[in-house]
Amino acid sequence: MTMGADKNRRDVPIRGAVGSALPHDSAHLHVSGAALYTDDIAEPRNLLHIALGMSTRPHARIHNLDLSKVLAAAGVVEVLTAEDIPGKNDFGPVIADDPILAPGLVQFVGQPMFAVAADTVEQARRAARLAVIEYEDLDAILDLDEAVAAKSFVLPSEKLQRGDSGAAISAATHSVSGRVRLGGQDQFYLEGQIAMAVPREGGDLYVYSSTQHPGEVQHTVAAALGKQNKDVIVECRRMGGAFGGKESQPAQIACIAALVAARTGRAAKLRLDRDADMIMTGKRHDFVIDYNVGFNDEGEIEGCEFTFASRCGMSADLSGAINDRTMFHSDNAYYLKNITIVSHRCKTNTVSNTAFRGFGGPQGMFAIEYVIDDIAACLGKDPLDVRRRNFYGTTDRNVTPYQQTIEDNIIGEIVDQLERTADYRKRRAELQNYNENSRWLKRGIALTPVKFGISFTATHLNQAGALLHVYTDGTVHLNHGGTEMGQGLFTKVAQVVAEELQIDIDRIKITASDTSKVPNASATAASSGSDLNGKAAQVAARTIKERLIVFAAEHYGVRRDEVRFVNNHVYVGATELTFAELAHQAWFARISLSATGFYRTPKINYNRATFSGRPFYYFAYGAAVSEVVVDVLTGEHRLLRVDVLHDCGQSLNPALDLGQIEGGFIQGAGWLTSEELCWNTDGALTTHAPSTYKIPACSDLPVDFRIAMLESHANREDTIYRSKAVGEPPLMLAISVFHAIRDAVASVGDHKSSPLLQAPATPEAILRAITRMQGGDL
Amino acid sequence: MAQEIEFNLNGEQITCAVEPPTLLVDLLRDRFGLAGIHVACETSRCGSCVIHIDGRSVKSCIILAVEVDGCSVMTIEGLADGERLHPLQTAFGDCGGRQCGFCTPGMVMSALDLLQHNRDPDESEIREWMEGNICHCMGYHNIVGAVQAAASELQADTEV
Ligand code: FES
Ligand code: FES
Repeated sequence: MTMGADKNRRDVPIRGAVGSALPHDSAHLHVSGAALYTDDIAEPRNLLHIALGMSTRPHARIHNLDLSKVLAAAGVVEVLTAEDIPGKNDFGPVIADDPILAPGLVQFVGQPMFAVAADTVEQARRAARLAVIEYEDLDAILDLDEAVAAKSFVLPSEKLQRGDSGAAISAATHSVSGRVRLGGQDQFYLEGQIAMAVPREGGDLYVYSSTQHPGEVQHTVAAALGKQNKDVIVECRRMGGAFGGKESQPAQIACIAALVAARTGRAAKLRLDRDADMIMTGKRHDFVIDYNVGFNDEGEIEGCEFTFASRCGMSADLSGAINDRTMFHSDNAYYLKNITIVSHRCKTNTVSNTAFRGFGGPQGMFAIEYVIDDIAACLGKDPLDVRRRNFYGTTDRNVTPYQQTIEDNIIGEIVDQLERTADYRKRRAELQNYNENSRWLKRGIALTPVKFGISFTATHLNQAGALLHVYTDGTVHLNHGGTEMGQGLFTKVAQVVAEELQIDIDRIKITASDTSKVPNASATAASSGSDLNGKAAQVAARTIKERLIVFAAEHYGVRRDEVRFVNNHVYVGATELTFAELAHQAWFARISLSATGFYRTPKINYNRATFSGRPFYYFAYGAAVSEVVVDVLTGEHRLLRVDVLHDCGQSLNPALDLGQIEGGFIQGAGWLTSEELCWNTDGALTTHAPSTYKIPACSDLPVDFRIAMLESHANREDTIYRSKAVGEPPLMLAISVFHAIRDAVASVGDHKSSPLLQAPATPEAILRAITRMQGGDL
Repeated sequence: MAQEIEFNLNGEQITCAVEPPTLLVDLLRDRFGLAGIHVACETSRCGSCVIHIDGRSVKSCIILAVEVDGCSVMTIEGLADGERLHPLQTAFGDCGGRQCGFCTPGMVMSALDLLQHNRDPDESEIREWMEGNICHCMGYHNIVGAVQAAASELQADTEV
């Protein structure tokens, strides 16, 4: 049956098995410039290009929107306003408060009011500037303090409480309180927001969208056009980065492209330029955090209170779930017996903030780490000792403020190991010595832990589907509801299928996310991509494998357990076939070689009304040590060395996971040090291009960067091959950079107190903190 | 008034008419379908659109198309030798030198300029050189590694 050449191959393991450090599936295309992003898809005939007319006022009624000059401009074919939307003028993912085009009222500088479609991009952009607009300005709330004072909220404030924090703090031997500001962050995906809509017969639309959530784009486009979901197909092969910024927002871009296409009957593309993208689309929420903590002589926290005020901007978007996650992560890895967390979701006349890697979690973690540092300074202890003192236990002190029992706590182990491998104690002693002898350059070090909850907190989103076809030559078409934004999800899921069917990964065609193949998929978010889609694809692969086993057993008259799939081969009793041969035989015998797979995360259940239950299937852990040097005269700093130890469970693909850890870390470092968003007093964002918004560059990278993955720690839960999610957690390892800087600044005052350092720790913020330490005026 | 220009594009002699305000990146992407040149900032700040003109790397988003009249232009699409990838491409593919890949063509073209003028750059030279290429996915570590790997590969090649 089998040819000699194949016989030799049966001992060769498959390429791309689970756990192999395979490069990203598109690596070859990426490096040759042949990977197609949405803007690179061959343009249909007569394509129209769209530009947007954006508000220049933070809050105003539009009295008159005179678009006659726009319409008369060269090349312009169509101009649309809110009134031209036949269906629902809204793209809000949760609450209907996000107009696609502003209907007579603008609520932030940059809000789109009209769309211009022209033959070329340039014509559209030039024409968009010709509108004559009469505004009637209304009072605008531009900052968080104002919003809190005015009780201007997009959603009701929430409170999560355990024990009596007030009494515990009063009774405690020590207490500290304070307020810290924490900046936002632009996603700065290199590929900006983009969609292209192509009309199809009978009024149907095919939409190419750079989106983490094709299903939502489909549903929103259909609703905006007054159509049904079945009339719209949305496809996304890959994104040039997303980081959460393409979770809810692409719907607006796609709706506008679709509206133009539906109205003109011509394909239409909307690509935001960088400035428009930064001005018009939401970012990570900036926060004002008030804290109050009581503790004993050992630094053990007796009671803790946080009040979070976050800038949600003009609408709710995903701010509810984001701020919930802040509340859920303000314990980080620490047991807080008596805790009160109040969360205000502030409405401001600025762009509506949205998802960004970590989804509110980083801000919660930042808060508790800041507090721990304060405690250490107050007691004159090493912050690491205070951290360790407060870690969750494994058998007791292991219930979170939201009543989830932590069953998989390994933070102590990780921190012990990292403390050793990073030589933390020795280096701290050396640093002290260095700082005593160095007046202008001060070094600082910090070790911070990460415990991050994995699952969407909205239980219903924890579901996924996959679709698998096996062709008669034994090759496979793989589709699932996840999207590829660079994280390598498509590669990982293909590895799962390769492993299950025991075929080389090159025999599997990885295909674009497509709402006509897998319906109603959740966003690829919450780090859940491979957990959910990997499992769904596994189910589909196993279904087909099972059918093949039943067929082969019958056909060859052997027991089912005598059919084995190994290394591109199938052993059926004494007979040996290639996978392709078996597939062909099964087809001939009229066995279905197509299957869907579906998965829903088990065990989770959570009551949003009481903030209690098990929102997370499991936790991912990690820790990092960062060392910096700060120039006391300029406030500049350099990252000297970073040591990371991170838990990926049993990694599906160590190469991709290491990439996520490294990239997440640097992105987090950017958030906390250089990426500063500034608005002027008119409510306009002034940092809307890379010329003013500083993304870490190659030269900012720590010279000595040591990343390790925790060895032999399979996930306790039955996740896909016992791996752990790795998309978001590493970002928060960078909190160590911030605290290393804070440590360096503290050395200016001989560590007698903890400096008030705002984030991001830009040179200006560092200088302000140093001046404060020295008792100077600001 | 359209102006006629003549230049060499990835080894092929081209004559075409362009409107003087046309940006080089638009000409190359729209007219010649060279979609590997990416556009992320349009203001010379990110490096996604880097190509070579007469052997030096430039950001094609701030060059007018008419400026390449008489020049030799190479884009990422012209780098491989048929099916055989350039060592820099192989290195960026192997070393985890990319995630979403959007910045990659620009990175490769910038690194190519470096290696053509400095066969053996040290790590800090690489970091400094690559400063004009932004990536928001990665920590750059693997990018530096990829450039180093390609440098040794190229040296080994010439030594043979
Ligand atoms: S697009 Fe040319 S440098 Fe950014
Ligand atoms: S790999 Fe995504 S921007 Fe560099």
